[in-house]
Amino acid sequence: MTDLAKNLHTEHMVINMGPSHPVTHGTVKFLVTLDGETIVDFYVEIGYLHRGFEKMCENSTWEQVFPYTDRLNYLSPIINNVGYALAVEKLIGIDTPERCKYIRVITSELSRMADHYTNIAASALELGALTAFLYFVEARELVWDLLESFCGARLTSNYIRIGGLKNDLPDGFKEDTKEVFKRCRELWVDVDKLLTKNRIFLDRMRDIGIMPPDEAIAWGFTGPCLRASGVPYDVRKAQPYLVYDKMNFEIPIGETGDNFDRYLVRMEELNQSMRIVEQALEELPSGPINVDIPEYRWQSKDDIYTKIESLIFHFKTVTGGIRVPPGEVYFPVEGANGELGFYLVSDGNGKPYKCRVRPPCFPLTAAMPRMVKGALIADIVPTFDMVHMIGGECDR
Amino acid sequence: MIAELIEAVAKILFIFGVNMGFFAPILGWVERKQSAVMQDRVGANRADILGFTLIGLLHPLTDTIKILTKEDFIPAGANKLFHTLAPFISLTPALITFAVIPFGGQYEIFGHRINLVIADLDVGILFIFAFASLATYGTVLAGWSSNNNWSFLGGLRAAAQMLSYEVAMGLSIIGIIMVYGSLRLTEIGAMQENFLRWGIFLQPVGFILFLTCAIAENKRVPFDIPEAETEIVAGYFTEYSSMKFIMFWMAEFLEVVTISGIVTTLFLGAWHLPFVSSEKLLSLFGFAGPNLSIVLLMLTNIVTFFAKIIFMIWLQMTIRWTLPRFRYDQIMKLGWKILLPISLINIFITGLVVLLK
Repeated sequence: MTDLAKNLHTEHMVINMGPSHPVTHGTVKFLVTLDGETIVDFYVEIGYLHRGFEKMCENSTWEQVFPYTDRLNYLSPIINNVGYALAVEKLIGIDTPERCKYIRVITSELSRMADHYTNIAASALELGALTAFLYFVEARELVWDLLESFCGARLTSNYIRIGGLKNDLPDGFKEDTKEVFKRCRELWVDVDKLLTKNRIFLDRMRDIGIMPPDEAIAWGFTGPCLRASGVPYDVRKAQPYLVYDKMNFEIPIGETGDNFDRYLVRMEELNQSMRIVEQALEELPSGPINVDIPEYRWQSKDDIYTKIESLIFHFKTVTGGIRVPPGEVYFPVEGANGELGFYLVSDGNGKPYKCRVRPPCFPLTAAMPRMVKGALIADIVPTFDMVHMIGGECDR
Repeated sequence: MIAELIEAVAKILFIFGVNMGFFAPILGWVERKQSAVMQDRVGANRADILGFTLIGLLHPLTDTIKILTKEDFIPAGANKLFHTLAPFISLTPALITFAVIPFGGQYEIFGHRINLVIADLDVGILFIFAFASLATYGTVLAGWSSNNNWSFLGGLRAAAQMLSYEVAMGLSIIGIIMVYGSLRLTEIGAMQENFLRWGIFLQPVGFILFLTCAIAENKRVPFDIPEAETEIVAGYFTEYSSMKFIMFWMAEFLEVVTISGIVTTLFLGAWHLPFVSSEKLLSLFGFAGPNLSIVLLMLTNIVTFFAKIIFMIWLQMTIRWTLPRFRYDQIMKLGWKILLPISLINIFITGLVVLLK
């Protein structure tokens, strides 16, 4: 037998997984070297969805960047909107009204829910459980209906503005949310039953793609993947922005840092997000949603049509862009997938001099080889699902 | 002689018609509709004739037309002969195995004896296993001859999985053979007239083992690793198109029916109604005269048999749409380290009970 193994000519099989392979959603390519079914070598090739986001920003006014940020992590666009708006506001040095902050928190958390729903659903789908997938897609549809009710779009929301919001929440939003959350909780229980204690699902997820806490930090992990490794770092708690410090919520953390913990952390974050939204809706103060500084946030259409000052400011800010004072700023928010940071440089012009995004999924994707080397080809599926790479955000 | 010939041809046409004309196309529709119901969707409902959609029942027809008009593509570097042969090798066993499955008992009508099975072999179960094993060649050849890495991996997985599960499947059946003391499926069926003597009550472990192994043998979720689309695209039939592609699907669907047929015959009392014996039924149909009452009994038995098959199909579909899929090594572990020992223990205990009785 040993002679046979020695004399038999064997070689590793190199296969291209992607960019259009069922598991590589978000267009990425894996160059996998296989010894039978075992992964010997693994390269990640990103960049298939590169659209030059950062360069595009340099050629548009500060406000025109918002629609581009929608297309970063297209599963939770409002968090991107909020992150960018907060970065610009920090650079200008303005503070938004209380109601605006609350609504930003509510919409961010709804976005986070949609993102987690998609992530868990897609993971289930790719492990073959199509029914669990459709249960969470239903939940996501309901959340998207809520998003649609206040911003008119389901996917590319473009809802947040510098110094305010596009519009206020519609009437009856609180009641709608209550109903949606009731159904979402039912679906959560269903999916929990279908997956969390499912032996096959457990076997596929547990002890796969383990990342110890020190290594996770070294690789630059953030978000659910870092918390699954047992590091309780959440931007919402570590450096609270908006009104997160007033909210009562917990950060779930995992123990082993394997795929199953990442799944559990996301499942629990869904509940926590619902908690935050309910609290925020309960405490939602009345008042204006926009800052009353016409240089940065145009005034109501009534004013624009009737007052000459408002009209002039409107004309100036729309055509030339708002004048952000020179300087540079970095502002992180907790994206659905980790720390989403905007690093902005202004030269006092109407346009960003530089707009750099710290995408949470880039370091995660970079750690893919570390997590799957030596595992089986089937382990790529849950690991990559839990990494949750979004092409739009990673490649920009 | 001629009567026998007519009887044989009629039976073959019946089974062929039911399988190819009813189950194979309908199962595609059932799979779509049942998954839709389970997942809170509407399911296939678009194809229509003059506005009548018939709850999506026209989809099998339109699918067939679509598939037939597709280009039949053989990739460069593929082994043309084996690439073409593979789907046939997959489909044929699925069709042939039904020949030994009885879909009714034996009846004496107008002095002519009718045995409702195409081929009443005394090695019925062995025949099924022999032909089911042949199906492995179809998938392995398909995987190897396509000249594609994904197909190759799929073929390897299929070979390993189907061979391993055949062992456990074969052993899971031994118990039932020991209990009934026969390999002839008509005899096993006839012995289950008493409800409490159904195979599922005599061999509950054997039933679960056999069903598990049979689903694994058929490569459906949760055992669909040879075609796991998120890992190896479509596995062994990645490079297939047109009618050859659909032949693999038909083989899969027909195997669902065949598995249901075998399970019904071995474990679910074959063509017998629970609690109602044939004599009781005959006396119930007594109003129709001696010959017609037997015809009515025959029809009842056939309907019972196919109702049980449909129930088993429903069960398999439900399993398929509920569970995620295993990983390659986990399937092997399940087959060799769990199912095989359990089936051996099952044989041992069955043997003890049979011996001591």
